Amino acid sequence: MSAPFFKFGMFSEEVGLIFAFAIGIGFGFFLERAGFNSAKKLTAQFYFTDLTVFKVMFTAIVTAMIGLYYLSVIGLVDLSLVYLTSTNLIPQVVGGLLLGFGFVIGGYCPGTSCVAAATGRLDAVVYLAGIIAGIFFYGEIYPLIESFTQLTPMGTLTIPEYIGLPYGLVVFLVVLMALGGFAGAEWVEKYMAARKEE
Amino acid sequence: MTHHPHGSKEPQPYWNPYVAGIGLGLVLLAAFVIMGRGLGASGAFSSLVSGAVNTVAPQHAQGNAFYSDYLGDGTQSPLNDWLVFEVLGVFVGGFISGILAHRVNKTVERGPRISVTGRMAYAFVGGAILGVGAKMAKGCMSGQALTGGALLNLGSWATMLSIFAGAYALAYFMRRQWI
Repeated sequence: MSAPFFKFGMFSEEVGLIFAFAIGIGFGFFLERAGFNSAKKLTAQFYFTDLTVFKVMFTAIVTAMIGLYYLSVIGLVDLSLVYLTSTNLIPQVVGGLLLGFGFVIGGYCPGTSCVAAATGRLDAVVYLAGIIAGIFFYGEIYPLIESFTQLTPMGTLTIPEYIGLPYGLVVFLVVLMALGGFAGAEWVEKYMAARKEE
Repeated sequence: MTHHPHGSKEPQPYWNPYVAGIGLGLVLLAAFVIMGRGLGASGAFSSLVSGAVNTVAPQHAQGNAFYSDYLGDGTQSPLNDWLVFEVLGVFVGGFISGILAHRVNKTVERGPRISVTGRMAYAFVGGAILGVGAKMAKGCMSGQALTGGALLNLGSWATMLSIFAGAYALAYFMRRQWI
């Protein structure tokens, strides 16, 4: 057991910032490669004409999930040392809905808007200003909504723990679900393209 | 490859989504293995906002539980933060990919039925709503949907499903902006 490397003290926090920058470069590179610098391509997900958002997201989730699972099975990574945000179900569902509203109104999510701004999309620059304004607004009203944001605390909780199934089985089920989703997404895109031609 | 007389080249097509997704997944896996944490984006802007408020009105910032969480013990700048450096990398990585594929150009992303001004107004309002949502959900698409999704985090999956539900619910009313 020797990973996560940082948690085993293999390098300092300052060196961690260099890794942060390098990992960010990889993140931004693949977001742009996928076409996520385009608000029109991103929002096409919600009109069923281009389901790239779903495909890229779930391919990435499945890749990282399987990789991490096998690295933990062979004993390289200690899963318990990988940071999990704690669950507060109600505020996270409400927050998720607002994230979805902001996505389809504004055209981006935070990561993709950085990539879009870096490739010259002026609407993404305005969107980033909006995010900053929104966070400032949240900060200012935080004393009023603090108790709401702490509702339904469930601690750090994974789906396997919650439903009482082995971790590996849930990994397998998510892979099956993703494969079914990919097949469905390909079918929907073909159907929408054919309908458009009629 | 076609060459244009003025030196500007046609933008290349985007990658196959499954190939780009595997690349993204390997970056996320690298973050797990190297750092023991995943990717993020909105957190960097929280550090930026908290730092700015602390500069303008330090007492106000330090008396507020949200800002002070990002200010830490005050011994170092809130910008000296993992996510801030990661997001700087995102800008650089996106730019490198865009330049290599001839996709960097000054433009406004919009559908055929909306003005530039209208699009900009929606962009600002959408960003602001998302900013509030990201803080309430303890992360955005990168921190919750992608990272928490791969970690099978219950709250992250609830957030992810809510993101899709919210976006699909409002898509019909936003159609003039996009299609």
